[in-house]
Amino acid sequence: MKDAFGLPQSLLVLGGTSEIALATARRMIARRTRTVWLAGRPTPALEDAAEQLRALGAQVHTVAFDALDTESHEWVLGKVFAEGDIDLVLMAFGVLGDQAQDEREPLAAVRVAQTNYTGAVSAGLICARALQAQGHGSLVVLSSVAGERARRANFIYGSSKAGLDTFAQGLGDALHGTGAHVMVVRPGFVRSRMTAGMAEAPLATTPEAVATAIELGLRRRSETVWVPGTLRVVMSALRHMPRPLFRRLPM
Amino acid sequence: MPADTVSVTGWGRTAPTNARVIRPRTYEEAAAAVRGCGTRGGIPRGLGRAYGDAAQNAGGAVIDMTALDRVHAIDADGGTVLCDAGVSLHCLMQVLLPLGWFVPVTPGTRHVTVGGAIGADIHGKNHHVSGAFSRHVLSFELLTADGEIRTVSRGTPLFDATAGGMGLTGLILTATLQLLPVETSLMSVDTERAADLDDVMDRLTATDHRYRYSVAWIDLLARGAATGRAVLTRGDHAPLDTLRAGTRAYRDPLAFRPARLPSPPALFPEGLLTRRSVGLFNEFWYRKAPRARAGELQSISAFFHPLDGVPHWNRVYGRGGFVQYQFVVGHGQEEALRRIVERISQRRCPSFLAVLKRFGDADPGWLSFPVPGWTLALDIPARLPGLGAFLDELDEEVAAAGGRVYLAKDSRLRPELLAAMYPRVADFRALRAEADPRGVFTSDLSRRLGL
Repeated sequence: MKDAFGLPQSLLVLGGTSEIALATARRMIARRTRTVWLAGRPTPALEDAAEQLRALGAQVHTVAFDALDTESHEWVLGKVFAEGDIDLVLMAFGVLGDQAQDEREPLAAVRVAQTNYTGAVSAGLICARALQAQGHGSLVVLSSVAGERARRANFIYGSSKAGLDTFAQGLGDALHGTGAHVMVVRPGFVRSRMTAGMAEAPLATTPEAVATAIELGLRRRSETVWVPGTLRVVMSALRHMPRPLFRRLPM
Repeated sequence: MPADTVSVTGWGRTAPTNARVIRPRTYEEAAAAVRGCGTRGGIPRGLGRAYGDAAQNAGGAVIDMTALDRVHAIDADGGTVLCDAGVSLHCLMQVLLPLGWFVPVTPGTRHVTVGGAIGADIHGKNHHVSGAFSRHVLSFELLTADGEIRTVSRGTPLFDATAGGMGLTGLILTATLQLLPVETSLMSVDTERAADLDDVMDRLTATDHRYRYSVAWIDLLARGAATGRAVLTRGDHAPLDTLRAGTRAYRDPLAFRPARLPSPPALFPEGLLTRRSVGLFNEFWYRKAPRARAGELQSISAFFHPLDGVPHWNRVYGRGGFVQYQFVVGHGQEEALRRIVERISQRRCPSFLAVLKRFGDADPGWLSFPVPGWTLALDIPARLPGLGAFLDELDEEVAAAGGRVYLAKDSRLRPELLAAMYPRVADFRALRAEADPRGVFTSDLSRRLGL
């Protein structure tokens, strides 16, 4: 059960090697979380992540989960929820892709879209139903500012996150009043493995800062969280900028 | 999922979860509710005054007992009453005061049910004299997980598990209580100010035995030499001969007419309770109190239940809700109490409902909260940054001093500390495992703490 401050005792991470997710898990374990399920592709990296969290004192299980294999989601996630209540589901899987290459190879672009969007729709609906049945719990969805307005430089990734973001918002409304809660987290540029070697955007942040924002959002039962918070104002302005001007922005 | 689930919280309005709320009107309906509560179980709920998640059950059933509200029999000579568990102390006062009887123990609100009073084994300002509520319960009828109705008397394991058992042993259907005789419905109250924590502890230690009721409001925002300054209000039921002839009170000495103010709006703005505003309030409240005044006549509601005058007063904390923190440390642990008060005062928690009391002897309930010593209760807005970690630190201090926190107010205790605070929790779990192996009685509290 979550406590008065929204801190979970059990955590399910979809995308178990995500740096943001692991930073969040570390933070939660330091407070109340005792049981962690790391769902992801069965790789040594997933086992390493589990080992790191075990060292912090949590009971950690790994589960083989592939966002692209939507047929298996029902079964894989169903098994996790059958083991006991999950107070917090963190949907953290996603791929950035390579914009230039994806434009040349539509199949690669489709893979980005399927991982980030279709996979999330499937897993999101299954988790939502389970949370609704247990009458409590939060689903935290890692979206991105890239989904807020299409940019030349990453619109394939951006469009998948736009779809995910809209889906998660709607799901939050659908679950309103059922005891389950959906929180959409929109980080800006996060310094991590995923963005290694890329030119840093303004207002760049870290996985730890996103984790802090998630903890605060859970306490406030927020529905949308921007990281850093100033991005909310910045993106609100950018959203209304005329296209010809927006195209010329150096970003 | 049936659409008839509703969001349920405790009085502190934190951590809402959804449940089917069932309101039985007869014992048969109550039995049917227990039989049909499904895999996620059920938990009885009274008037929802527990601050945390004790009367919530996410995804399961919450059995609202307030429709079972009949007073069956009153023995006006011997001073006992047999009533349903859903009867409120407010209702009992209305019925009993005209007959010259009063409830044996009342907490800071009279809007609690008899079932809830047993389940939380509540205490009042008279704990140092009269003990907790269960001391005055002669017997009760309990609907257990197997569907049986058992008559449970004092001195049995089931009685001791249920007194303070947070509703997890079954549904209390009726209870027989021993009452307190009174001559009037007024209180004779002595008020005095104490300049700091040592002063208030000295005064409570030296003269508490002279009063049936005793409590100190404590200013936790005062710092420096004034840390822990307090206003003591102590008293007893006024005997008839203290009333002046010819007054209204004299003509109708047992009248009970509590006044009620309008409630705050449902969407009360958040953030009005700041260090500054609460600090000003506390300063005013301290200075308003007379340095020393004896024998003032107060109504029962003014003395025991001032907050009941404002329905839904919990709304003043806004949508973020609030956390009540109440702990007790034994006699001889005054240093621990002093350290905790200093930490709270240094931290500047905006708390205006902080109360210090000296407890008397403990009662046998396995999870009953009061033990002899010092108890401090305070309320804090849940949105205060870093509050969770701060209260965890206080828990460690309390546990190290052999103390405990009150489960009826808890919404955030670290489960690992429970066994240290309540040594008999193992017995409680064993009794539950035997009497209720499928976990028919389950609450968010029991899930969170593994009760």
